[in-house]
Amino acid sequence: MKSVIFRAVAPFLASLMVLFSIFVLLRGHNEPGGGFIGGLIAVSALAIYGIACGVETVRRAIYFHPMAIAGAGLFASAVAGLISIAARVPFMTGLWIYPSVLGVEIPLSTVMLFDCGVYLVVVGAISSVALSLEERGGE
Amino acid sequence: MAASTSPPADLSAALVLDPVASAEWLVILPVAWCLAIGALLVMLRRKIDWHPYIAVLGLAGLVLIDVFLLRHVLASGPLTMVMGRWLPPFGIAFTVDLSGALFALAASVVALAGGIYSLADINDSGRRYGFYPFLMLLMAGVSGAFLTGDIFNLYVWFEVLLISSFGLIVLGSEREQIDGAVKYGFLNLIATTLFLITTGYLYASFGTLNMADIARKAEGLAGTAPLMTLTALFVLAFGMKAAAFPVNFWLPASYHTPRVVVSALFAGLLTKVGIYALIRVTVMLLPLQREELSFVIALVAALTMLVGAFGALAQSDFRRMLGYLVVAGIGSILAGIAVGGPGGIGGAIFYALHSMLVMTALYFASGIAARLGGSFSLSSLAGLYRRHAGFAALTLMLAFAVSGLPPFSGFWPKVMLVKAALDIGAWWLAGALLLTGFLTTVVTGRFFLLAYWRDAGAGEGATASATISPAALLPLTALTVLALAIGLYPEPLLATIQTAATGLAEPSAYLNSVFPGGAP
Repeated sequence: MKSVIFRAVAPFLASLMVLFSIFVLLRGHNEPGGGFIGGLIAVSALAIYGIACGVETVRRAIYFHPMAIAGAGLFASAVAGLISIAARVPFMTGLWIYPSVLGVEIPLSTVMLFDCGVYLVVVGAISSVALSLEERGGE
Repeated sequence: MAASTSPPADLSAALVLDPVASAEWLVILPVAWCLAIGALLVMLRRKIDWHPYIAVLGLAGLVLIDVFLLRHVLASGPLTMVMGRWLPPFGIAFTVDLSGALFALAASVVALAGGIYSLADINDSGRRYGFYPFLMLLMAGVSGAFLTGDIFNLYVWFEVLLISSFGLIVLGSEREQIDGAVKYGFLNLIATTLFLITTGYLYASFGTLNMADIARKAEGLAGTAPLMTLTALFVLAFGMKAAAFPVNFWLPASYHTPRVVVSALFAGLLTKVGIYALIRVTVMLLPLQREELSFVIALVAALTMLVGAFGALAQSDFRRMLGYLVVAGIGSILAGIAVGGPGGIGGAIFYALHSMLVMTALYFASGIAARLGGSFSLSSLAGLYRRHAGFAALTLMLAFAVSGLPPFSGFWPKVMLVKAALDIGAWWLAGALLLTGFLTTVVTGRFFLLAYWRDAGAGEGATASATISPAALLPLTALTVLALAIGLYPEPLLATIQTAATGLAEPSAYLNSVFPGGAP
């Protein structure tokens, strides 16, 4: 897109939106939010960046192919369920650990790993669609 | 932190607190395994040379898991695991009984055969397109459908396998394939939507989605809930999936367009998932209503058989003919469901397992024949017997098997079905079964005569030097040998299937596995 204002603002806007998407993802455990909606926000960030600066720039910026990101997300979600084997509880049971880093207790869980997997699947799959549509629509 | 501040509560009322034995993991492992390997393949999109080997190893692992699962179920009865340790009916249960384990094992064998055949059939562009990830995710969906004990979860696995099958059917993006995919996709989406609507209706009447819970409550709700409507809607939705008579046209219109290995997998897996769901819902969940609908189902079965057999007779394309033979097989299975009883249901399960193996093998044979003869068309295929006698022998054995002639796997289920139909006095259904067997023999005989025995004319020997790739021959041979072995020594399988059919008709073991303490 030719607008100078849009091009100047887009990178900041995109990075803010990605940051916000991660906030929504992490907040989703007990409050509205989560992997799916967070992923959608991240995809809109990538889409805005793509409209402003071109699809090639986005592809370079995310480094991995979108489908590979989606695959990693699916893999993470499957692994999150399989961790239960070690604890002798049924598939997909939520397991928590509370490591303390620098004196701060950080609750980590398989539920969170699963949700991060959902986030990556949404980011990967939808940005794959969005980027290829932008690629064809632009020319 | 969260754990320490929560007030004390009686968790045993909501959660499974006993440690889970490792054997119970066999219920969920087929699905989790296929999903994880599929995801791994999607991640490794730059290493497409590795894809076939990872996928074939993964499918071999799946066969192994399903063998262990079947052994475990044979030894100690139905097996249940609830997701996230929530007690049923609130937690989503995966419950496998003998019929589910049998179907899952047959499906994994078919998928492994397809995986090996694909080494010869799927080129680099097919791999780049994602054939192997789609195959693994398809198997996740198929295994999930056979193993789940929750009817909404069954719908989810239908969606998973449907989406993967869309990916597989358009592999290559040729005009003809898109045309086939639209017909296939449209009809299947309608069927899936109908299934979802019916599931919603069922939930509204029963207040539960757990299959064991539904089976338990069905009798008590007979006076108040619209069970007949539910059953009729389920029969229509699954009949569409399985390509039963009035809604069968999508199958012959689409199964000849994709790659041979994709057609083979679809013929072996997809319609049989519909059949399995139909058996599960009508025989186990709503048996009284199946009884009332049995005449309608029998009529549909007879018409499906005849449409399939006559349709196959009219074809001059190898793969289109096979598409109609799949439909004829579905008719035979429906006949078993209509008749009911251990003989009918056992015959239906046996026929479905036989059809999975043999139809897949026949599609492989069509692919090899087309590679050798240069075409799928009967007008230009000729002289295959003279050039490849061994391959012709394999095809002939499969032709006998699909026609229901001894000593192959198609014979025994057909005997069971005809006997079950005669036992309840449905002579016309038995007649339709026998007539279909006769017509199928004519169909396959005609093909064998023209494509294999007829001498190749001048100018048609252009591909005479073509050879069969070992990766294509191995699965064909293995499946044919399996069909022969089942035909020659059916005793163990027959006994297992009888137990499976009894377990469906009287699901007390299934219910006990989900609700070990009786009614909550």
